[in-house]
Amino acid sequence: MSYDVRVLRSDFPLLRRVVNGHPLTYLDSGATSLTPRTVLEAMDVYYSRHHSNVHRGVYQTAAEATEAYEGARADVARFIGAASPDEVVFTKNATESFNLLARAWGTAHLKEGDVVVLSEMDHHANLVPWFQLRDSHGITLRFLRVNDEYRLDLSNLDELLDGARLLSVTAMSNVLGTVTPIAQLAERAHAAGALLAVDGAQSVAHLPTNVATLGADFLAFSGHKMLGPTGIGVLWAKSEHWAETPPFLGGGGMISDVTLDGFTPASGPARYEAGTPPIAEAVGLGAAVRYLSSIGMDAVAAHELDLTAYALERLAHSFDERVRIIGPSTTLDRGGVISLDVEGVHPHDVSQVLDQHGVCVRPGHHCAKPLMRRFGLAATARASFGPYSIPAEVDTLVDALRDALEMFT
Amino acid sequence: MTQMPPLNDLYREIVMDHYRTPRNRGELPTPPAQRADGHNPLCGDEISVYVLINGDVIEDIKLTGHGCSISQASSSMMSAAVKGRSLEQTRELVARFKELMTSETADSSDQALRELGEIAALSGVSKFPVRIKCATLAWNTLTQALDDAPQQG
Ligand SMILES: Cc1ncc(COP(=O)(O)O)c(C=O)c1O
Repeated sequence: MSYDVRVLRSDFPLLRRVVNGHPLTYLDSGATSLTPRTVLEAMDVYYSRHHSNVHRGVYQTAAEATEAYEGARADVARFIGAASPDEVVFTKNATESFNLLARAWGTAHLKEGDVVVLSEMDHHANLVPWFQLRDSHGITLRFLRVNDEYRLDLSNLDELLDGARLLSVTAMSNVLGTVTPIAQLAERAHAAGALLAVDGAQSVAHLPTNVATLGADFLAFSGHKMLGPTGIGVLWAKSEHWAETPPFLGGGGMISDVTLDGFTPASGPARYEAGTPPIAEAVGLGAAVRYLSSIGMDAVAAHELDLTAYALERLAHSFDERVRIIGPSTTLDRGGVISLDVEGVHPHDVSQVLDQHGVCVRPGHHCAKPLMRRFGLAATARASFGPYSIPAEVDTLVDALRDALEMFT
Repeated sequence: MTQMPPLNDLYREIVMDHYRTPRNRGELPTPPAQRADGHNPLCGDEISVYVLINGDVIEDIKLTGHGCSISQASSSMMSAAVKGRSLEQTRELVARFKELMTSETADSSDQALRELGEIAALSGVSKFPVRIKCATLAWNTLTQALDDAPQQG
C-alpha cells in the first residue's frame, strides 16, 4: 500500500482549522501530535456505551470497560513487540514513567554511591527524577556528553559505564532530532553489567519499535505524542525487571489485600496502577497504535525521512546562512525535529511572526536546558513533523521565516 | 475564538528601536550599586538589573541579559524612564506599567498613557497574553533590586 498523505490528512479534524486567516500549518508534533478521528471515536464510544470503573465490576458494562482497558494494553504490547501485555504499565505520561522507574525500581536497587549514567542530550523527564534520587538516596550521576556533530560522545562510554547500574538515555532528541545508537548502547551497557532504560517519547511515535530486538530493559513513552490522547503514558519493562520492582504509588487497585497491619501489593501491571486509571485515554491510545499499525511504522518513518530531507535542504539554502539548524544537517540517524537559530530574531519572536502565518512552531528550551547550555543557546524555535506533515507545510514555514527575517532587519 | 491582533500592535516602531539599540546596557560596580537577577523559565529570558541609588533617587541604572524583542525593548524603555527618578515615582511607574499590561482592552485613559510616555507603545503587548511575562520581567527585577537595596537614611 502506498502512503497517501492526502487521505491520511483527512483523518485529522484539526488540520481543517484556519488560524489568523491561514490554514493551520502544524509543525509542533514533537510537543504533541494531532489526534485522528478514530481515536476520538474510540473514546467517544467508550464513554457513550461502556463507561464504568475497571476491574472487580460484575455487571455488563464494567466487564466491557475492563475488556477495553486491558485490550488497549494488549494493543500497545503488540505495537512495541512486547513479550506479554503484562510488561506494559500505564502511566500518565513519559515523565511519570521515569518517576516510576527512578522511585520504584531505583529506590529498590540503588544505594548510596551506585552509579546511573545519563546524557547531556536528555529531556528533563529523564534527568530530574534521577537528580531527586541522588538528593534523597545519594546515588551518583555521570553524563554522556554531546559532540559538535550533535551526537552522543561515546569516546568515554566504557569509563562512564564502569561500575554503573543503569544507563538511561533518549532514543531521539526532542531538540536536535538526533537518533542515538540504542543497540550499541545496550550492548555496551550490558557488557558493563548495567541495565538500559530508553526514553522513547520521540522515537516510538516516529520510528518502528520492537522491544524484542531493541536491547533495552525499560522503555518510557507518552500517548499524546503518538496520535493518542493526553493523560496516558507507558513504562515497558522486561517481566524479570517488573518482578523485582516494588509498587510506586499506593492506593486502591494496586493491592491484593489490606488489613489494619498493612497491605500486600497486587501482581502484574495493576501493582503500579494505583487508583482509577485513565481508562478512556488507554482506549484512545489503543486506537492510536492500531491506526499507526494500519499505516505501518516503516511507512511513517519513510515519509517523515523524505520530508525531513526536503526541509533540511530548503532551510539550508533559503536564507544565506541566516538560519542555522541546531542538529545534524543530513537525515542520517535523524528524525523530523528541526531546531532553528534565526540570526537576529529571538525564537519567541520567530514563533510570534510564524503564528501570523498560521504556522505552529515551539520556542524555548524544550525541557532540555543542559543541552541548550551545551550549545550556548537560551532557546531555539523548533519545527517538528508528524505522519500527516507535507512538503507544502515546509514551504509555508520557509516563507514565514523569510517574513520574520525581514521584520527584524 | 478570537483572532490574534495584527503584529504591528506588538512590534511598534519605538519598541523595535529600543530592541535594536538598547539603552543603558552594561554593569555597575556592586556595591555601591544594587543588583537583581530575573529570569523567565518559560522562554529562558534572563536579565540583571543594576541600580545606583543616591538618597531618594535612582542615579544610574544598567542592564545585562538576553531575551526576545519585547523583553529587551521593555527593559531598555524602563531603564530610560527610571533613570533620575525618585524611588517613589519609580514604584508608581512600575505599578502603572503593570496595569497597562493587565488592561485587556488597553483603553487606559489618555492621561495614564501620557504619563507613561513612550512606554505606552508597549500597550499592545496586553493583547498577546503569552508575551506579558516577557514585558514585565525587567520591571519585576527592578522592583526586586529596590526591595533588596539597603535603606538609606
Ligand atoms: C524526549 C522526551 N522525553 C520525555 C518527554 C516528556 O513527555 P511528557 O511531557 O508527555 O511526559 C518529552 C516530551 O516533551 C520528550 O520529547
